[in-house]
Amino acid sequence: MVTKDLPVKKTKKGSPLLDYVMRLLPFFWLLLFFLVPFIIVYKISLSTIALSIPPYEPMLSLKEGIEGVKTFWDGLSWDNYIFLTEDPLYLSAYLSSLKIAFFSTVIALFVAYPIAYGMARSPREWQPTLLMLVILPFWTSFLIRVYAWIGILKSDGVLNQLLLWLGVIDSPLTILNTNTAVYIGIVYSYLPFMILPLYASLEKLDGSLLEAAEDLGCPPWKVFWRVTLPLSMPGVIAGCFLVFIPAVGEFVIPDILGGSETLMIGKTLWVEFFSNRDWPLASAVAVILLLILVIPITLFQRHQAKQEGHD
Amino acid sequence: MNRGPSYFSLTAMVLGFAFLYLPIVLLIIFSFNESRLVTVWAGFSTKWYVELFRNEQLLQAAWVTLRVAVTSATLATVLGTMAAMALTRQRRFFGRTLFSGMIYAPLVMPEVILGLSMLLLFVAMDQARGFWTIMIAHTTFTMCYVAVVVQSRLAGFDRSLEEAAMDLGCPPLRTFFSITLPQIMPGVIAGWMLAFTLSLDDLVIASFTTGPGATTLPMKIYSQVRLGVTPEINAVCTILIGIVTLGVIAVSITSKRQRLQQERDERMAMEQ
Repeated sequence: MVTKDLPVKKTKKGSPLLDYVMRLLPFFWLLLFFLVPFIIVYKISLSTIALSIPPYEPMLSLKEGIEGVKTFWDGLSWDNYIFLTEDPLYLSAYLSSLKIAFFSTVIALFVAYPIAYGMARSPREWQPTLLMLVILPFWTSFLIRVYAWIGILKSDGVLNQLLLWLGVIDSPLTILNTNTAVYIGIVYSYLPFMILPLYASLEKLDGSLLEAAEDLGCPPWKVFWRVTLPLSMPGVIAGCFLVFIPAVGEFVIPDILGGSETLMIGKTLWVEFFSNRDWPLASAVAVILLLILVIPITLFQRHQAKQEGHD
Repeated sequence: MNRGPSYFSLTAMVLGFAFLYLPIVLLIIFSFNESRLVTVWAGFSTKWYVELFRNEQLLQAAWVTLRVAVTSATLATVLGTMAAMALTRQRRFFGRTLFSGMIYAPLVMPEVILGLSMLLLFVAMDQARGFWTIMIAHTTFTMCYVAVVVQSRLAGFDRSLEEAAMDLGCPPLRTFFSITLPQIMPGVIAGWMLAFTLSLDDLVIASFTTGPGATTLPMKIYSQVRLGVTPEINAVCTILIGIVTLGVIAVSITSKRQRLQQERDERMAMEQ
């Protein structure tokens, strides 16, 4: 048998046609429905609100040829962006979103770390069940989980009744419709996103390293600080990104649990779009939000790519 | 690092899981409350569930949601699996960075931006909005989750079986369906389930891309929630939680069985 004639290389690589289909179909889908829409958002952010359907102008009409393109081009302006910088409402909404997202991320990290640590230290046979217990709430509707907190936090809600019964407080606390409720909602909803990457990196941690440190006389807090924490850093970073980035643009939680004092840009965008029907301004709000988030999103992707390379 | 639980970590876990589950458990309990006052317990009753099945609008919304979820999850699973194959198998191609960027970005992108951008695309395309636009929007963001889930399954994949099949003259497409797909099936099923529940759950993207006649269940729940907590909504939520819980448990049991079966088969093959 002449093995040389066998097209070994070709069979190993599979079919180029299949490879093309595998990558081009999802690629073009995402290009059309994910990337192109952003270009349209950018274009509309340069338009002006109008009493028409769709409610903005100018419209590009190719029927009029080069003249049509020219009038369209002249109709675009930076007015919406100038408006955004002039009205202090928008600036404070952006800043307040960043602040709320940042502190929620920090709180979520402090709540999630002990849980993930406990999970990683549990007996092997418990771990799939524990993991499932963390994932299950994540599969349950986001809206429902946020809604569930209304019944707990409102002035005649479960929490206040409990505290009154225990005698901790004399009159009900106002928690619902405040920023405190928003913090609770974000930490609660995004907690699985923080626990899972933390658990993944803590679970991989080699126990013998900790034993070695202890045998050499290292006190437990120092073992944690010098060995456990640095080795779980990839999980900490991934978890923080996964909580922080979506929290900045969060709409459901500030809308349902927040009050009039709660300023978050996701809600501002929603109101601009649905209540004021100002599509161009809503688009400008989205473009700026995207520009703010590009930095953390790129850092997150780099981090993910690096982790993939390690594994 | 498996050194047995200490008191500290046990306490952390108990408190943590209580925090995660207490709100859901309370919601389920109060869905069986006799009284309309949601926070005062007045005895056990299933009357709110009976009332649900008389609510035409709610049933209509549930039907739309289910149809959107099934079609978008199926399409997203096909596209997401393809994307995962391309990203793990094809190390170098033009636009790979952009491609993987477009897979990871929707995972963290605020929903308001995704919803707004997709709506404006449909408007620019002069596309009538309704069932199909929600379906496409959901496919787009859920396929990225599917891709990530399937990718993790492909990472520990032994390619020697595939190579053996192809060396024996099996055509690539058939190799994919009879060798590759069965091996990554648990990941594909998990991906479908995830896409399905994400679609079932979505309020923001559906609100942007919807049209007349296509109101989904989350949109319905949301408009009710703004008016306050009601036992009917608690009952709807309890049913949804029940469906998702059963689904997740079923998938994990089947994948565990499959794994055990595979191990048994491998052992038997070795013994022979």
